[in-house]
Amino acid sequence: MQPIRTSRGFSRRIWGAAPALALAVLAGLAGRPAQAADLAFSSGALAPIEEAQKMRTVILKDYPGKVEFLPDQPPALLTRVRAELEGNAHVSSVLGANHGDLATLVPSGALLPLDDLAAALASRGFAPDLLKMGRLGTEHQLYIPWMQATYFMVANKKALPYLPAGADINALTYDQLRQWGEAMQKATGKRMVGFPAGPTGLMHRFFEGFLLPSYTGGVVTTFKSAEAERGWSEFAALWKTVTPNSTSINFMQEALLNGDVWVGFDHVARLLGALEKQPGDFVTFPAPAGPKGRGWMPVVVGLSVLKGAPDAEGARKLIGYLTQPSTALVTAREVGFFPTVNAPLPPDLSPGLKLAVSAIAATGGAKDAVGALLPIGLGAKGGEFDKVFLDTFQRIVIRGEPVRATLDRQGEALQRIMNETNAPCWQPDPVSTGACQVK
Amino acid sequence: MMRGRALPYLLVAPAFVFLAVLFCVPLVQTIALAFQTGTGFGLGNFVQMAEDLNFNDAVVNTFRLVGVAVPLQMLAALGMAVMLGHLRAGRDLVLWIWTIPLGLSDLAAGLVWLALLNDQGYLNTVLFHLGIINGPESWLTYETPMALFAAIVIAEIWRSTAIVMVVLVAGLQLVPKEYAEAASVFGASPWKIFLRVTLPLLKPSIQSALILRTVLAFEAFAVVLAIGGRNFPVLVSEAYTWQHFNQAPAIAAAYAVVVMGISLAATVVYLRVLRTPAAQRA
Repeated sequence: MQPIRTSRGFSRRIWGAAPALALAVLAGLAGRPAQAADLAFSSGALAPIEEAQKMRTVILKDYPGKVEFLPDQPPALLTRVRAELEGNAHVSSVLGANHGDLATLVPSGALLPLDDLAAALASRGFAPDLLKMGRLGTEHQLYIPWMQATYFMVANKKALPYLPAGADINALTYDQLRQWGEAMQKATGKRMVGFPAGPTGLMHRFFEGFLLPSYTGGVVTTFKSAEAERGWSEFAALWKTVTPNSTSINFMQEALLNGDVWVGFDHVARLLGALEKQPGDFVTFPAPAGPKGRGWMPVVVGLSVLKGAPDAEGARKLIGYLTQPSTALVTAREVGFFPTVNAPLPPDLSPGLKLAVSAIAATGGAKDAVGALLPIGLGAKGGEFDKVFLDTFQRIVIRGEPVRATLDRQGEALQRIMNETNAPCWQPDPVSTGACQVK
Repeated sequence: MMRGRALPYLLVAPAFVFLAVLFCVPLVQTIALAFQTGTGFGLGNFVQMAEDLNFNDAVVNTFRLVGVAVPLQMLAALGMAVMLGHLRAGRDLVLWIWTIPLGLSDLAAGLVWLALLNDQGYLNTVLFHLGIINGPESWLTYETPMALFAAIVIAEIWRSTAIVMVVLVAGLQLVPKEYAEAASVFGASPWKIFLRVTLPLLKPSIQSALILRTVLAFEAFAVVLAIGGRNFPVLVSEAYTWQHFNQAPAIAAAYAVVVMGISLAATVVYLRVLRTPAAQRA
């Protein structure tokens, strides 16, 4: 099974606490977890044990110098980093984390500006959008984009004959996806489309990053709009072709491999297992488009240097090493996160990875792409934010409650969260002063 | 002598400290957390909990589960305990096999049943080979709530009947044989002996088993989560969801307080209803 990569894996939550606790105890006993001579690299990414081992034994193997790789679940990681900063007990020099997690450290000034490093590394050919995201809305480059991932769709080749006439699989619309699902249902007698709506699935990201941006061009501001009403209604119609097992699916790769689902959506890390195992059986393509374009959610992991870093110079060197194209390719091969720099993929790339890479490129490069970032500035309210979308889904799609009334009701809950956190709007919602407002 | 008087307290002290630190302190903290709101203390968390989409379902599902599973378990455990009493050979082996589910973690038990009952599970395989179904049938979705509920009840019964049985087996061994012999001398049928002699004498054990089992059933979590996921919310799974996914510990604490209140109430009810006068205690 592919290890869980997001913060929502529940077994990882349980077990993830144990090493953190052990580390805290050790840190308390020894005074510091890392040897003074080693460069401490704290990371919210690659925390599953297999990936952490790949990081230590393969990706960092050629780095000239000793690096202590200290991965942790994002909430625990941020707590630890804040404790280091506030307690003035600096251990970590480099911090690798999701865009949204790094954003929470900006107000405290914890991230050192890296403008000169970005300039020095410019020849690597970073994707300009990603570099811009690394400014985190400030004047300075606060992180260097390290790895990226996203969500896309996978179809079993058996599903291809049922594609609606004239549909281009790389430029599908939600309407065509529904017709496709209906055609498959008619032919097989079963609902063959799948979404990861299980307890630890990433369904909320589909609403926040794909469905709503496609229909409304926004997420928060347009939550109650007439466009949103249409989007939810059409999704409820599409759901009639979706397997009812979807509310138990956490990793789409399993449902794809056992044939429960012919056409499914998920995060690349939760699809790669199927693509690697049976690359000949599947095709990959971007999520559908709605009236406002093709919503998609880039997942960017950045590298920052922390204020008070014991070894700021070594930290910069390590960032340089991790973002060089050769290391980025090793990273893609070993852990399934993709380069942020211009790194021509080698011809010997495994067929499964090739499928993933082509879908990621097609998603980000789509002419009608509407990029929607992970929520920013919500702090501990991130979970409740996700719940607003999941509850809306539960009410409208599963329980068949009226769309308008549900959006009004859930819109209030959404506004309460925005007010409590005072979080300004993020892309694709237009820039706001003060808390983002549900219109 | 001072030392002699202090000794019992010294011997009790480790357990007392253990309970105080690892049980009482978190308990007080949880209750405090549940009543804490942004500005002070109040019922805000409970209001938010009760207004939530899944709260009513969670309450109803929890009581349905307890109401159906616990009586069935009591009956099954009573039958098993009595049968064990009548076994001449192999009693220990049977007891050992029946208590295997006790050694499994809740989650593992849930996953075992999930493997049996999901679309590609053994149940469907058997039904397919018997010609009853034509392909994989879904039993555990939001569209099949009765089958889902039945699956959870069966899994709960399988997993935790043994604990009830162990309590009742112990209780049966305490019941003196003389009473039954006396009753049979006076011409009572075995069924009558069971109803009029064994069962009343077993009441204290039944009471303990019921309290234990009911409190645990109100806390049912891992089996339900493994089989039902979000399709079958119960109180504890909602507490877990609020803590881990919604990252709102205060609401999770409110759920914990509700579960504790219900468990306490159930215990009080059992203690009163099944009270055995001191003179009758075996």
